Amino acid sequence: MTEPTTIAVAMSGGVDSSTVAAMLAQTGDAVVGLTLQLWDQTRLAGKHGIPDAPKAGRCCSLDDVYDARRVAEHLGIPYYVVNQQARFERDVVQPFVDEYLAGRTPIPCSLCNNHLKFDQLLQTARSIGASRIATGHYAVNEFDPARSRWILKRPADRAKDQTYFLFGLTQEQLSRTLFPLGRLTKPEVREIARSHGLALAEKPDSQEICFIPGGDYKQFLTAYLEEQGRQIPETAGELVASDGHVLGHHDGISSFTVGQRKGLGVSSPTPLYVLQIDPASHRVTVGADEELATRALRAGRLNWISIPELTAPMRVQIKIRHRHEPAWATLEPAGAGEVSATFDEPQRAVTPGQSAVFYEGDEVVGGGWIV
Amino acid sequence: MRRVYMDANATTPLLPEVFEAMRPYWTEHFGNASSIHLDGQQARTALDRARETMAEFFNCHEAEVVFNSGGTEGDNTAIFGLLRPGDHFITTAIEHSAVLQAAERVAHRGVEVTYVAPLPSGLIDPAAVQAAIRPQTRLISVMLANNETGVLQPVEEIGKIAKASGVFFHIDAVQGAGKVPFDVRRFGCHMASISAHKVHGPKGTGAMFVRRGTPVESLIVGGSHERRQRAGTENVPGIVGLAKAIELAMHSLEDGTIEQVAALRDRLEAGLLAIPGTGLNGSQTEMMGGPGPSLLGTWEGSKSPNPVLRVANTTNIYFDQLEGEALVIALDLKGVAVSGGSACHSGATEPSHVLMAMGLDKTRARASLRFSLLKTATQADVDQVLKIVPEAVQHLRALSPVAAGTLG
Repeated sequence: MTEPTTIAVAMSGGVDSSTVAAMLAQTGDAVVGLTLQLWDQTRLAGKHGIPDAPKAGRCCSLDDVYDARRVAEHLGIPYYVVNQQARFERDVVQPFVDEYLAGRTPIPCSLCNNHLKFDQLLQTARSIGASRIATGHYAVNEFDPARSRWILKRPADRAKDQTYFLFGLTQEQLSRTLFPLGRLTKPEVREIARSHGLALAEKPDSQEICFIPGGDYKQFLTAYLEEQGRQIPETAGELVASDGHVLGHHDGISSFTVGQRKGLGVSSPTPLYVLQIDPASHRVTVGADEELATRALRAGRLNWISIPELTAPMRVQIKIRHRHEPAWATLEPAGAGEVSATFDEPQRAVTPGQSAVFYEGDEVVGGGWIV
Repeated sequence: MRRVYMDANATTPLLPEVFEAMRPYWTEHFGNASSIHLDGQQARTALDRARETMAEFFNCHEAEVVFNSGGTEGDNTAIFGLLRPGDHFITTAIEHSAVLQAAERVAHRGVEVTYVAPLPSGLIDPAAVQAAIRPQTRLISVMLANNETGVLQPVEEIGKIAKASGVFFHIDAVQGAGKVPFDVRRFGCHMASISAHKVHGPKGTGAMFVRRGTPVESLIVGGSHERRQRAGTENVPGIVGLAKAIELAMHSLEDGTIEQVAALRDRLEAGLLAIPGTGLNGSQTEMMGGPGPSLLGTWEGSKSPNPVLRVANTTNIYFDQLEGEALVIALDLKGVAVSGGSACHSGATEPSHVLMAMGLDKTRARASLRFSLLKTATQADVDQVLKIVPEAVQHLRALSPVAAGTLG
């Protein structure tokens, strides 16, 4: 049943994964295209200001499935859409909603990568006789015989680096995954797409979270909770300064994210930023930009890639947001499956719910979720 | 790779005889059947002959045959053409979406809709239809055979109920036509819809029986084609192909072909059910309270278990501890074409609403596959499927230790 040379390509209908399919189809390996149907873009249409007709270019939109299918037809490879909506809702959307309601700022793409794009896709791939998968992520993975570990590294195109979202990959997953774009730049990828005659070579990149058209989290939350027959829990509370004195009141903690400046509803001679959100007391602490900066970070739900586990302090660079420039820090085990880090320089807006990814040079050491 | 196609309930290939019958009407006899000249007359003659065949098939007058674009149009015509705000409409939870989506639309326009649920066997109990009748009930629409399970519905009994209640009755005969004897007089229906491509005819062509005097409004207006019941230049090659396919189907019911298909299906089914952790969706018997189906006159209702009749070519089987969607893909890559559930708009698979209505949980519905044999199926086809499926099932189960029921 198993044909080791069969590779399943995760096709989103975008340039990157389409180019991967084209590159692999050329090598002579048996290639099967799979699109994960994760979210029905029409599901919340018309609710709470969400547009009736979803815009093009969103993951899982009919247009993207059509584009992926056209690429597969063009390349002459088998292509299937796999329904993972139930898992996506359970493993990504619901945790996203719960995190948000708890006053944290969740990062659904990492959850999706861990649970759907790799875990489930590998499972599906193996079910249909493919032992490996390939994706259009910009990252490099390679086996290091010396350490006897699969290593995840930053890609040639630093601007497209997606390793921040891939820190949760297990050794097993890395050993079965190909990232054919890791050593290419985006312009090179578009050039390859053109050379294969792919009509979508000029298709723009998608930036938003795929299931939130327009990027309005609050609108999505309201519409989703309404559909579920739930309401945004009452989390109105005090807006306080860092010294504890009350500046005003807010309507609910889910409107805030650490580092946010706009929409605080208080006036101040100097700009105010959200410093801290306390889900228990509903208190939102605000303060000056410099108060946002902190040297300490704690992370849990860890995954290690280049090392088996952290047993002693280690010098690493840590990335705390997708667009964050990794900053030097010393990482230490902190017990109970957590680590603590002390940055050399204070870092702005260390946000609970986001992930912290640890780098040693180009290598991803591991990562976890900021607590 | 030798491919085996076991998805006949999705569509079928043209039989060579059908292809040959249609051939001259694309190029040589291309006339418009409404034209006065010889070219038009040739087309008209072909239409009239086709209508004669269809009248024989339905057991109706030629004037009661309306050619259209297929089953969806027929189903839509019956519902949109007859129901008005304030009316009550009875259909079932296991109908094709051509009926269910039309029902949903008229429901938004002031029509009350009752969806009769099936028994666990997949059978619609006529007593449940009877119980749903109200003074405002104007139309009942029930399918002849279910596309997922192949279960034949007690249309004759329902026809009697409709007649006694003064209610119009439409049969969606898309899946049953050509697989069991059809007789609109006996079934007591006012309308019946069929599709050519399910019986080895061309896609995009179908026919509807509309009993004379049935006040159904046409869906498509324009020229006075089909006695003003369906506008649009007749698809002459398609209609010729439909009639030829139906003629051959009627023949197949009498020359032993359908029994051969049933024997192959039974062998396939027995072989698949020999795989551990499998079962038939739609049991083969059902306890019935009221009068039972007597479609083929084989049994009358009673309090004892009765055989549930199915079309000859269909079997629907669940394979516990795996996902039907993955099995469909794995089988396709091994050269076996089958179907699982229904395709949603993106092409991904949704659990079958039919199986869910029969009371299967989502996990088992998602683990179910439909095998539907072509009338040209062979012993070798069945052998090949029985070789490939058990291996694929074993492989998938070995890979996915995920217990069934982890996802709702």
